[in-house]
Amino acid sequence: MPNISAQANHVNDFVIKFSNVNGTGSASSNSLIMKSIFRMGVPVTGKNYFPSNIQGLPTWYEIRITRDGYAARASRIDIMVAMNAETYAKDVRELSSGGFLIYDSTWPRSSLLQRGDITVIGVPLAQLVNENFDGIRNRILLKNVAYAGVLAALIDVDLGVISGLLSESYGKKPKLLDSNTKALRLGYDYVRKNLSSPLPLRVEPMDKTRGSIMIDGNTAAGLGCVYAGATVGAWYPITPSTSLMDAFKGFCDRYRVDPQTGERNFAILQAEDEFAAIGMVLGAAWNGARAFTPTSGPGISLMNEFVGLAYYAEVPCVIFDVQRVGPSTGMPTRTQQSDIMLCAYASHGDTRHVLLFPANPEECFYLSVQAFDIAERLQTPVFVLSDLDIGMNDWMCPDLKWDDAYKPDRGKILSSEEIDKLEKFYRYVDRDDDAITYRTLPGVNPKGAYFTRGSGHNQYGVYTEDSAEYQGVLDRLKRKFSYAPRYLPKPIIVGKGGNEVGIVSIGSCDGAIREALDILGKQKIEVDYLRVRAFPFNHEVEQFLKSHATIFVVEQNRDAQLKALLTLETAVEKSKLFSILSYSGFPMSAEPVVNGIREKLAETPRLTVVKS
Amino acid sequence: MSYINKPKVAHPSLPLNSLGMTRRQYEGSMSTLCAGCGHDSITAAVTEACWGLSMRPERLVKLSGIGCSSKTTAYFVSGAHGFNAVHGRMPSIASGANAANRELTYIGVSGDGDSLSIGIGQLVHVIRRNVNMLYLIENNGVYGLTKGQFSASADIGTKAKRGEVNATAPIDPVLLALSLGATFVARSFSGDKAQLVPLIQAGLRHNGFALIDVLSPCVTFNDHEGSTKSYTFARENYHAVVEADFVQPAEPIAVEYAAGESVPVKLHDGSQVVLRKLDPSYDPTDRSAAYAYIEAKLKKHEYVTGLIHIDENSTTEFHTLNHSATLPLNSIPFEKLTPGSAALDKLMNRYR
Repeated sequence: MPNISAQANHVNDFVIKFSNVNGTGSASSNSLIMKSIFRMGVPVTGKNYFPSNIQGLPTWYEIRITRDGYAARASRIDIMVAMNAETYAKDVRELSSGGFLIYDSTWPRSSLLQRGDITVIGVPLAQLVNENFDGIRNRILLKNVAYAGVLAALIDVDLGVISGLLSESYGKKPKLLDSNTKALRLGYDYVRKNLSSPLPLRVEPMDKTRGSIMIDGNTAAGLGCVYAGATVGAWYPITPSTSLMDAFKGFCDRYRVDPQTGERNFAILQAEDEFAAIGMVLGAAWNGARAFTPTSGPGISLMNEFVGLAYYAEVPCVIFDVQRVGPSTGMPTRTQQSDIMLCAYASHGDTRHVLLFPANPEECFYLSVQAFDIAERLQTPVFVLSDLDIGMNDWMCPDLKWDDAYKPDRGKILSSEEIDKLEKFYRYVDRDDDAITYRTLPGVNPKGAYFTRGSGHNQYGVYTEDSAEYQGVLDRLKRKFSYAPRYLPKPIIVGKGGNEVGIVSIGSCDGAIREALDILGKQKIEVDYLRVRAFPFNHEVEQFLKSHATIFVVEQNRDAQLKALLTLETAVEKSKLFSILSYSGFPMSAEPVVNGIREKLAETPRLTVVKS
Repeated sequence: MSYINKPKVAHPSLPLNSLGMTRRQYEGSMSTLCAGCGHDSITAAVTEACWGLSMRPERLVKLSGIGCSSKTTAYFVSGAHGFNAVHGRMPSIASGANAANRELTYIGVSGDGDSLSIGIGQLVHVIRRNVNMLYLIENNGVYGLTKGQFSASADIGTKAKRGEVNATAPIDPVLLALSLGATFVARSFSGDKAQLVPLIQAGLRHNGFALIDVLSPCVTFNDHEGSTKSYTFARENYHAVVEADFVQPAEPIAVEYAAGESVPVKLHDGSQVVLRKLDPSYDPTDRSAAYAYIEAKLKKHEYVTGLIHIDENSTTEFHTLNHSATLPLNSIPFEKLTPGSAALDKLMNRYR
């Protein structure tokens, strides 16, 4: 367990973990602390480890205060706010050596004092709250605010900033504002009066959050769908994707309702299951609306049937897979990147699909807009593979920006006039020799009518059992897929590019890898890093794989799915690739990346990675 | 199965509808179903109904699932887009398509396997959602394409071609739709075009989900003695309780009806359905009574046909409940859909 060294500078660089009971209102109190620190100009990340449950089970929230602006989870806990007696033992064990444990000493616990290498801080929170407030539910809620006050005093969070946030939340409810402020002061004043504060772990104002926001990926993706002009969303509720549709609905209620008539420029269909959700998306997209569905792994499993139809009949659609821990029901509230293979080759027969891999909420916004353009340009399903860590946790991101000059790429859709000019319309004839054919929308022109089918068809869209005709269409689809990279986001490459060792990764591993690169750099280990942002892979991915002798593929699943996809879909030699895998269900930290690389390099001293 | 191409030239004396189009112009490609298949008669009825309504072909959208019945959307109105979905999942395609463009007319054609087995979940929910469409079930009690297995609509005691007798209770789509609150429920027989055509027309014009269960004998696997879905059985045991006459908006009601036996129902677009009650005690506007009536008759192995239930006053149609824009969602200009940079800049403050 890492030590908290007394000498090191812990100002704006430490980790607080809150241990709570879910359903008690702790989340708002924890985010109050996080947002206050953010408003003090200090970069933060927040990770929520919650149960698949509504009330009564243990839940944890981790705030990393990181002056260097790291996005990953830290692999240490400096302050444990232990508010759940049931998990005391585990929480005490988890605290890093030299750390601080804060608990409710209304009921003193000698067992908490057994570790000699930590400092235990007892505050009689329940007693304070019970003396000052009435009502069981009220007391439970306000105890959370009281511990926020305790923490604020201990780590020096600006009380004015916290009060400002409370006023914003409860400005219209003066009674609530009063009780919350009072509870906050109870905790804060108790510490100032009875304990020595602040701790060496404390917050000092900085100026590193200007122009940034704290947002979760599902909100950003939902917002992206609104900006992209999506009008039909169909879904079946599933953790951890639910908040994406909630966000879409919230933004639509704000931006898409005619203030005069109350008419809505959108339709959200809560389907009976994921079969229907994707079917609705296909129906709407086929009929000319931008349509999407948010789901998670189990939903993708069900959608496979329709995904094959969309691929073969060339119906554009956008599918958000906010990945969670599988297989089967797995752990719905834990994160993983284990649907890569499932999505890449979803459905029976020869199918391959476009995948996009956002790494943070910012990319969730921009890539969700791009996903619609790609889907309509290529007339095919596009999967946006986010995950629970990106989707449901608050990340610090640069402000989202919008270019008003943006025009959606609706792809090759013929207007009625264009149809009239044709001698005859054929749905799957490759007129432009780019493997992308023209489509028509229902309701426009009888001459443009065609029959969409998942059964064998020729380039005229007519049913066929003729081998040559069938293969003609199938081969064009393959060609279309091979041309796809020109429409897809390029990978992000970090490093000079001349190193022998490289890292290839995707999505939410990014924070851990960037931090690992810093740590390795300080040890004079220089590594290049490529983050794949789309499948099919483009030539830059191919080039990176070719030009590096040893490549670590970092991903969050057991079976090295990204590595498997790279070996299947590029020319890379399998023997060059080494996996660094994290599939605990918790967001990745830099530690396994650093350790994995160092251990491997120690085994192979011939590699020249240490620059003198 | 026929491989003959239809001649494209139409005789000049063929009657024209108000758009100046002949019936032939509402046909589709040549049917590949077995000669004598009930489905082909239904296809002919749909063709006739659309011609009679003077519907612009491109304003019709044809949807289907998988199976013999689902093939038939290729056989009518070739000027309309068709979507042949996956097995049992046509309702979700229809729901999405309808959400995107509320102005078009949607007709879904399905079978008893497609609707009552693999697709019953989607059927149930498309009724519940009250999507504005006509849903035809071409019901023959067997799986045709896989050679004659019983479907979920096979009656107890009906005999398969190979002699097997069905012992499992059927699911009746009419009772199912009534129990779910469908606002237009009818039953008919493929051999009764006079009954079927106005039902299809009324169903297409009804504002909301309209279901017509059409007995459509399978000549190859289920038209033998002992079958309760054969032509002979239908002619002997299917009887109308309410016939429906469809009257176009501008058209005067020409037929004289005896008082008390006819009920005119005004449809959303101004057209009318005149219900002719063959059993004067029957009230097709009373859903519970209709359910009880049909169920009682079924117990006596009597199959009631006609417009069994209609509720034209319902306000539960999908777009009505959704408060959807009058303009189809797929036609709203992008500028009205995207909030723009100023709104985004402002929104950012929420996340600080």
